[in-house]
Amino acid sequence: MRAQFVLSEIGVGLRRNLTMTFAVIVSVALSLALFGGSLLMSDQVSTMKGYWYDKVNVSVFLCNKSDAESDPNCAKGAVTADQKKAIETDLDKMSVVDNVTYESQDAAYKHYKEQFGDSPLASSLTPDQMQESYRIKLKDPEKYQVIATAFDGRDGVQSVQDQKGILDNLFGLLNGMNWAARAVMALMLVVALMLIVNTVRVSAFSRRRETGIMRLVGASGFYIQAPFIMEAAVAGLIGGAVACGFLVVARYFIIDHGLALSEKLNLINFIGWDAVLTKLPLILATSLLMPALAAFFALRKYLKV
Amino acid sequence: MIRFDNVSKVYPKQTRPALRDVSLEVEKGEFVFLVGSSGSGKSTFLRLILREERCSHGQVHVLGKDLARLSNWKVPQMRRQLGTVFQDFRLLPNKTVAENVAFAQEVIGKSKGEIRKSVPQVLDLVGLGGKEDRMPGELSGGEQQRVAIARAFVNRPKLLIADEPTGNLDPQTSVGIMKLLDRINRTGTTVVMATHDQNIVDQMRKRVIELEKGRLVRDQARGVYGYQH
Repeated sequence: MRAQFVLSEIGVGLRRNLTMTFAVIVSVALSLALFGGSLLMSDQVSTMKGYWYDKVNVSVFLCNKSDAESDPNCAKGAVTADQKKAIETDLDKMSVVDNVTYESQDAAYKHYKEQFGDSPLASSLTPDQMQESYRIKLKDPEKYQVIATAFDGRDGVQSVQDQKGILDNLFGLLNGMNWAARAVMALMLVVALMLIVNTVRVSAFSRRRETGIMRLVGASGFYIQAPFIMEAAVAGLIGGAVACGFLVVARYFIIDHGLALSEKLNLINFIGWDAVLTKLPLILATSLLMPALAAFFALRKYLKV
Repeated sequence: MIRFDNVSKVYPKQTRPALRDVSLEVEKGEFVFLVGSSGSGKSTFLRLILREERCSHGQVHVLGKDLARLSNWKVPQMRRQLGTVFQDFRLLPNKTVAENVAFAQEVIGKSKGEIRKSVPQVLDLVGLGGKEDRMPGELSGGEQQRVAIARAFVNRPKLLIADEPTGNLDPQTSVGIMKLLDRINRTGTTVVMATHDQNIVDQMRKRVIELEKGRLVRDQARGVYGYQH
């Protein structure tokens, strides 16, 4: 009897405030979709970091003959065998270095050909225009600076390049987008909460006759408040379900099909379905509890018990 | 049943107290009229009994409980032992007569079986047998007030509070309502009724309590209205 009574009250309340309920659902859905999206974006960034930081090198490029004429760093001429030996011994002594591979001009030429094939620039290139280099793998990719200070400006060294620096720009961009998404999420969340508070206020007002009578006949505070709280929770839950739908659809169309980034950008490994699915319970729980709490606190102000 | 010990009530932002140093006692089974002009403190008196308000000074005991010490969450339990009837009936317009009465039992968690049994019974008692499925809007004022009384009485309260129950009714209908309240009183329910209706008070010859500007000015067994407009 009681459950049935409460359920029918919820239905009546939600229908009475249909536009407001709809607004609550939409704003909860949007804010939680952004919330889930930003969680997934963080996951994506850390997956990419793990994958790429394993593969990035610090490169020490050595001067060749043409650099000797054009590049001020190579004013003392192309690199000599002694200079190379000195660099190799120094690298061996450094504890941050995991391993070092030497890339000769011929090897560099071959790699370049592989990468850029028959482009006009590639066909005009000769092996002795390429630079010799040491590809250094660090134990900790963050320790790039140690290599840079040791070899930058040294005789025979044209430049020290950190591939991680290029990645960091990308990750910085992704992180920036992530923070922007969080800021929008926070804003939407505030909007959603204010809408819920207002909805509760309106429905408390429109039902003051019933609640007044309930009070007179001795209904408990919980019994009077429950329909309002459940209403907010049900609306929130619908919004949460919509948000979950957004995320699943987004994962499907952006990564697997539609945009199909997983095919177009096969250098990146994307987050899997497990990452998406593990976020859904969190989103649903938030969508249930947050509006319920908001309604509870709104009722303390707008509904005398 | 009800005991006021030196009770005063000052509303916030008001200097003049609504009740001043009122002391009285109402015994079990009594029928008490509460009279006085508008603003004399009648409503405040009733609101204190229902614990819609707390008194500023003194003590209010209802059904043996000190209301000042009654924590908020226990108030509903206390109100279940009270019935209330108002001048404006306070029925739910979108529920039938039977549903309105059943509402008072639903919200305190009575079982469906109990409700099915007690609702027709109490509607018979107030003389509305056969009108279970009417909507309040289809009924006359007197009938609506009977529904309200049925709702107040369906949980068999020990105390019935009536705030000008005949205020919106013509004299003949009022007499019917008073007979009903008298009958309820005879079942052992204490009745406290605020009223402006001189004829009723003079006819019934019950205890009369008169308030004037918040003070208790008269407490008379088998009294008359006595107060001049």
